[in-house]
Amino acid sequence: MAALLLLWTVSAWLAQSRALPSPVAVAAAIGVEFNSGELVRHTVATLGRVFAAFVVAMAIGGAIGIVLGRNGGLNKLFDPWVILFLNLPALVIIVLSYIWFGLNEAAAIGAVALNKIPNVVVTIREGAKSLEPEFAEMARVFNFSRWKALRHIVLPQLQPYFAAATRSGVALIWKVVLVIELLGRSNGVGFQIHLHFQLFDVATILAYTLVFVAVMLVVEYLVLQPLENHARRWRVSNA
Amino acid sequence: MLDVNIKSKQFKSSEGAELDVLNLLQFVCEENSFTCIVGPSGCGKTTTLRCILGLDTDFDGTVSVDDTHSRHKMAAVFQEPRLLPWRTVEQNVQLALNDVAVSVNNATFHELFAELGLSDHISLYPNELSLGLARRVSLARAFAVNPSVLILDEPFVSLDNETAARLRRLLVKVWSARSCIALMVTHNIDEAIELADRILFFSGSPASVGHEHRISVPRAERSLEMVKVIRAEIDVLVAGG
Repeated sequence: MAALLLLWTVSAWLAQSRALPSPVAVAAAIGVEFNSGELVRHTVATLGRVFAAFVVAMAIGGAIGIVLGRNGGLNKLFDPWVILFLNLPALVIIVLSYIWFGLNEAAAIGAVALNKIPNVVVTIREGAKSLEPEFAEMARVFNFSRWKALRHIVLPQLQPYFAAATRSGVALIWKVVLVIELLGRSNGVGFQIHLHFQLFDVATILAYTLVFVAVMLVVEYLVLQPLENHARRWRVSNA
Repeated sequence: MLDVNIKSKQFKSSEGAELDVLNLLQFVCEENSFTCIVGPSGCGKTTTLRCILGLDTDFDGTVSVDDTHSRHKMAAVFQEPRLLPWRTVEQNVQLALNDVAVSVNNATFHELFAELGLSDHISLYPNELSLGLARRVSLARAFAVNPSVLILDEPFVSLDNETAARLRRLLVKVWSARSCIALMVTHNIDEAIELADRILFFSGSPASVGHEHRISVPRAERSLEMVKVIRAEIDVLVAGG
């Protein structure tokens, strides 16, 4: 981390260019944006979209993944669809979604979620294929309701797959959120980066980037990892 | 009363060939009886239990339970304990019950844990238990639902002799205090003699009930010597038939 900062400082000093501002200039830009209230406003807007798109993608993708993983016939029928959406470029989905559903928040979040759903489906489907039949039989003998079986037998077995989908998911979603903000929203980190790109203000672009990366690191260490540790509490650790 | 009447049961191999597993398998278990099924491995004992439990419905015949207490519940103790590793001992047992039963039976529930010597372990996860303890939890789960029929599939296999003997005594104690039909598969004849009122010997391929042996000696009097005597009687019977 320190080495990277040093390298950056030295290169910026050698380059002496607007295209590569020094860490000090970026820190100053963060201060300016923070004091004006813009930084918090746009970061919160982006974070909200990331969260909404993530919840929608995990819920819909998880449900589809479980159904396709448990039902061979449906899986055969819908597998080409999954592959199609998996390979559809994010930009195409975003542009079409804005054209068909208008430049609104729902279209924006829907487009982001739609980019992520196929990944979730593929991961969860793999997990749903490898569910232990022994537990399902136990549930049948003891008359578990569908909801009880889902909550206590299916979802705990899928937890590692949901964790994997979350890891890759949050990263993908926040990248796509920036694109939808750039193309059709009037706030958010993506919108600000686009604005400062037009002003050729690299310091402010880097300021927003760094702050948002920092926010995502905080989410990772303070939210995702504790949640995962909680879900894994029953495993006897080998350490 | 448990009435099992399986006319035939076949398995399809991966090449599509049909293999007869059970043929004209018929027996009845009376109220409060303890029946053991003994037979060579691979003779269809576990398949029979799966048909009775409704886990395998692809057979020709009927399985019916007549219960005067109007409980229509079966419970099973599987070969492996099949506890949910992500739920504690207490949650594993509670989950087998429906929500109403949990709140109503909380006291009897803890009584059951105490009887099986599990009171100190209820907040542990199954991975933290020895196999013997996990088997006890599996027994607790089965008894907790107050079943009319209790199915046990080699529940004491791969335990050391001492642990298995202790678990057998526990099973008899807990089962005697409740009323239900117990049907257990085992490959250990001495174990069957110690526990059962009646032993069904499966034989043949496809399997059916070859011999039936009733044990009239009360359980309390079945010492090691007595088990040997009964075993000798059975050996003569099986050899003679």
